[in-house]
Amino acid sequence: MKRYLMTGLGCLAGLSLAGCGGGDGAGEGGAGALSGSISADGSSTVFPVTEAVAEEFMAETGGDVRVTVAMSGTGGGFKRFCQGETDISNASRPIKQEEVAQCRQAGVEPIEVSVGVDGQAIVVNPANTFAQCITVAELKKIWEPGSTVQRWSDVRPDWPNQPIKLYGPGTNSGTFDYFTATVMGEEDASRSDYTASEDDNVLVQGVAGDPNSLGYFGYAYFAQNKDKLRALPVDGGKGCIAPSPQTIENATYAPLSHPLFIYVKKSSLQRPEFRRFVEFYLESAPELVPEVGYVPLSAQGYQASRETLAQAANGTSPAP
Amino acid sequence: MSQPATVDAFARRRKTRARVASVSSALFFAAAAVGIIALVILLVDVTRDGAGSLSWDFLTSFPSRFAARAGIKAALLGSLWVLGFTTLFSFPLGVATAIWLEEYAPRNAWTQFVQMNIANLAAVPSIVYGILGLAVFVRALALERSVLAGALTLTLLILPVIIISAQEAIRAVPNSIRLGAYALGATRWQTVQRQVFPVALPGVLTGTILALSRAIGETAPLIMIGALAYVPFAPDGPLDEFTVLPIQIFGWISRPQVEFHRLAAAGILVLVVVLMAFNLVAVLLRNRYTTPR
Repeated sequence: MKRYLMTGLGCLAGLSLAGCGGGDGAGEGGAGALSGSISADGSSTVFPVTEAVAEEFMAETGGDVRVTVAMSGTGGGFKRFCQGETDISNASRPIKQEEVAQCRQAGVEPIEVSVGVDGQAIVVNPANTFAQCITVAELKKIWEPGSTVQRWSDVRPDWPNQPIKLYGPGTNSGTFDYFTATVMGEEDASRSDYTASEDDNVLVQGVAGDPNSLGYFGYAYFAQNKDKLRALPVDGGKGCIAPSPQTIENATYAPLSHPLFIYVKKSSLQRPEFRRFVEFYLESAPELVPEVGYVPLSAQGYQASRETLAQAANGTSPAP
Repeated sequence: MSQPATVDAFARRRKTRARVASVSSALFFAAAAVGIIALVILLVDVTRDGAGSLSWDFLTSFPSRFAARAGIKAALLGSLWVLGFTTLFSFPLGVATAIWLEEYAPRNAWTQFVQMNIANLAAVPSIVYGILGLAVFVRALALERSVLAGALTLTLLILPVIIISAQEAIRAVPNSIRLGAYALGATRWQTVQRQVFPVALPGVLTGTILALSRAIGETAPLIMIGALAYVPFAPDGPLDEFTVLPIQIFGWISRPQVEFHRLAAAGILVLVVVLMAFNLVAVLLRNRYTTPR
């Protein structure tokens, strides 16, 4: 009753009748008697996975458990997670020591759960036909701080004397952290005179619209835009390997494939609806992770994640 | 001999003046056309992309990762909730401030200072209000990412605009009305309540509704307080999490699939309709209260 009163008030005060009332279809009941709300934030790379799981979970529980998923980037997500504001932090890189310290200070114990694998695609415009492969050393030369690479010919002398336009994720992105750590050998070490965006779609548009461009971002965004972009095979010392679901899963696309995590607040596992949600996450991940464009873990991988979770929930966590 | 020369000069000047006049009228028309053409291009473009996705299902479904199933219900209701509370907070506060400043406050250095700061606040970028909202409402007052936190943040954002426009409206009330009321022995409150405010009301309402139209389109401060999210439910109360139309649109545009970009265009159409409904209400209210007394 009160609920309807409040909705009415919202409508009235909104000075507009559009969209008010309307069937509030979601039925009560559903499987089990779970209710409550769960809040997730973090990496925009992991976002689609958690979102898909949330959608399926809400469908299963009849909408009584409310799951919200935000995307503040891996670092931004940990900031909120470690203040105790969220239950789950999506991450495209492992949590850092100082972040763990911040979490513990606020009484939040993060539990790491692997949910899938992603690769980072090095992409160029399809009009670029000269570049057929790129080595990690060349990537470092292009992206390192103070890099003097301004033209394609600066990378390889037999490439044309054309300006090179760079596109990459912003510093709040887990993709950025991971790329800088693997390619430069030092996290956050990157030149800064490139077009940066936390929104991978902006990078796709940028590279697709510029024949002299080179960019890097998550494989999913490349897979969705194969008609507009070309991914360069990467030579990590064992020959040129193009990114594909196979090469990313078996890690031959090295070193640019990386794991996807969710970090779970240990104390939240005591709430039945939350425990059920995380279990549901791992049950549905083998199906949902590939659906949104990433590569699922092996069966053993998910089993290991389930065990981590069960241990944390039962309080038999390994000694600190 | 000199007379024809003067007439000539006069005729020449008249021609020049006429030319300047027609050129300037053309310039002003062009200036107006720029804005209107831009709006038409935008609307045509958005309608072409989005009209196909508009349907009853689109209005009554929650967001989904499948474009075909995704709808805007959560965002539409979220926007109305936030706007409702924003109106509730900002209108009384803004109007009261304006009345105090215009009718009660003494003209001294202190009120000058207040006045100047309100003008400055009106020019502060909206993202700054987002940071303030995050620190004060979300964290310090522990409202989390609720409708209430969003509405309070937007209230701060539009309050200066409401105050300034309400002040203008009150200032436009002829002083003779006040003097007449005082002459008949009315107190200051009676004068304000029965004479000044009713005359100023249409202007006050117009300013308020324009400010609220701005609030409904604001994205940056709400992203700052963390409302950029997948929120698959409509709020039930002021402490529920929420999403709003511009954020839902932004979220859809950020996706790689073209189908979601079409949904975003459809979402823009919904937002435009809501905005137009608002402006319509503004016009109706103004007409209702400007009937000659």
